[in-house]
Amino acid sequence: MVASRGKNSNPARIPALGIRLLLLVLISIVLMYFDHRENHLDAARKAIGAAVYPIQLIVDAPVRLWAWLGESTTSRSDLQLEVGRLNAERLLTNARLQRLTALEAENARLRALLDARAKVRDEVRVAEIMAVDANPYEHNLIIDIGSRDGAYDGQAIVSADGVVGQVIRTGLMTSQAVLISDTDHALPVEINRNGLRTIAVGTGEIDRLDLPFLPNNADIRAGDLLVTSGLGGSFPAGYPVAVIDAVTRIPQEPFANVTAKPSAALDQVREVMLIWSAAPVIEEQEDE
Amino acid sequence: MSRDRASRRLPVIGTLLVGLMLTIMPLPDTIAPFRPDWLALLTIFWAMQLPRTWSVGSAWIVGLILDVSYGTLLGQHALALCVIVFITVRFHLLMRVFPLSQLSATVFAMLALYQFLLFWINGVASVAAPPVTYWAPVVTGTLVWPFLYMFLAGVRYRARAGG
Repeated sequence: MVASRGKNSNPARIPALGIRLLLLVLISIVLMYFDHRENHLDAARKAIGAAVYPIQLIVDAPVRLWAWLGESTTSRSDLQLEVGRLNAERLLTNARLQRLTALEAENARLRALLDARAKVRDEVRVAEIMAVDANPYEHNLIIDIGSRDGAYDGQAIVSADGVVGQVIRTGLMTSQAVLISDTDHALPVEINRNGLRTIAVGTGEIDRLDLPFLPNNADIRAGDLLVTSGLGGSFPAGYPVAVIDAVTRIPQEPFANVTAKPSAALDQVREVMLIWSAAPVIEEQEDE
Repeated sequence: MSRDRASRRLPVIGTLLVGLMLTIMPLPDTIAPFRPDWLALLTIFWAMQLPRTWSVGSAWIVGLILDVSYGTLLGQHALALCVIVFITVRFHLLMRVFPLSQLSATVFAMLALYQFLLFWINGVASVAAPPVTYWAPVVTGTLVWPFLYMFLAGVRYRARAGG
C-alpha cells in the first residue's frame, strides 16, 4: 500500500527514468525535425487538435455567452436606432453595388476586348473568431471553420475593412490563422494610386506594417491605399490591406522608411470572411 | 486498488484541464506575455507528489497538447516539459522536504530551464528572437507557485480523504 502510493518508499529511483527521458527526447527531436521540414505530421496535429477542441469551446463559451447576453438585453430604443442606422447603411451600400455591377460588366467587356481571361468572382464564407489565444509572440487567431468545411492552408482571410491574414494550419473543426501583422508574415501589395508593387511585412505590432523594399525615390506618400496585388498566389487581387502612415526618406539609405496602418482593426474583429478564390492568381502576369 | 488509482488520477486530470483552459484563455495584450506557464507548474507539482504515476511520459503528452494549441513545432513543449519533469522526479524526495522559499527558488530555476529550452529550439528552427518579456512567465510563474502549491496540496489532501 505504502509503496503503491509512491510515498515514504525508500529513496530507490523510479525505474528506467533516464532511459525513458532519453527515448522521449529522441522522439521529440525526430518529431520536430519532420514537423519543421515538411508537413508530414498534419494528421497527428489534427487528431490532437480535435481533442483540444472541446476545451477551446469551453474557454470560448463565457465570451459568447456575454455577447449573447448583451444582444438579448439591448433596449428597444437602442435596437430601433441600430435598425435605422443599418438601413441607411444598406441604402448607401446598395447604391454603390449598383455601380459595381455596371463596372463589373464593363470590366468583363474590356477584358474580352483585350483577350484576357475574365476575373472570376471569389466565394466567401463567414467564420467566427474563437476567443482562444495562446501564443503572445505570434499574432494568431483560431477560427471556427476547419478542413471539414473546406478550409485549406494559405487561404486568405478578410474582414469588412480589409485583409486580416491567412490560414496556416487547418484542423478538423477549427483553423489557425496568422495575422498580417505577425513578424513572419509578408504580403505582396500594390499601391492603389499608381500600381507600384511592393511587399508589406508584419512588425509584431498589431497596428503597423512595414514596407522595407521601397527605394527613396518611390512615388509613395502618406494616405496612399495599399491593396493586395495577387502576386504570390495566396491572396486574390484587389482587397484593401493598409493605409500608408508615414514615409521617411533618409538620403544615404538605399530604402525609404515606410510604415502603414492595416485597414482592418486586427485586434477587434470578431467575424471574418474566408475566401475561396477560383481563379489562379498569377493571371496578372500572363495578361501582359 | 482501482478505486485508489481513480481517486489519484481524477484531481490530476482535472487540474491539468483547468490549467489548459487558463493557458488558452484570452487576456488583454498588455498582460498576455506575463501569463504563467500553468501547465509547467502543474506538471512539476504532480511529478513531485506522485512521481510513479505522473512522470516523463505523461508530461510529454501534456507537452504535445501544448504544442498543438500553441501551434509550435510538434515536440517542442513536449521535450522541454519532460526534461523539467525528469529533474523533478529525480529530486522529488529532496523537493518535498524543502521549505517553500527554497522550493520556489527551485521552481524558478526549472521554469527558466523550460523557457530556455523552448528558446533554444526556436533558435535552431530559426524563429525570430522574442522580446525581453519572453522571460516574464518565469518570474510570474515563481510568484504564483506558493499559492498554487498550497491550493494543489489542498486538492490532493481532499481527494485522498474523499477517495
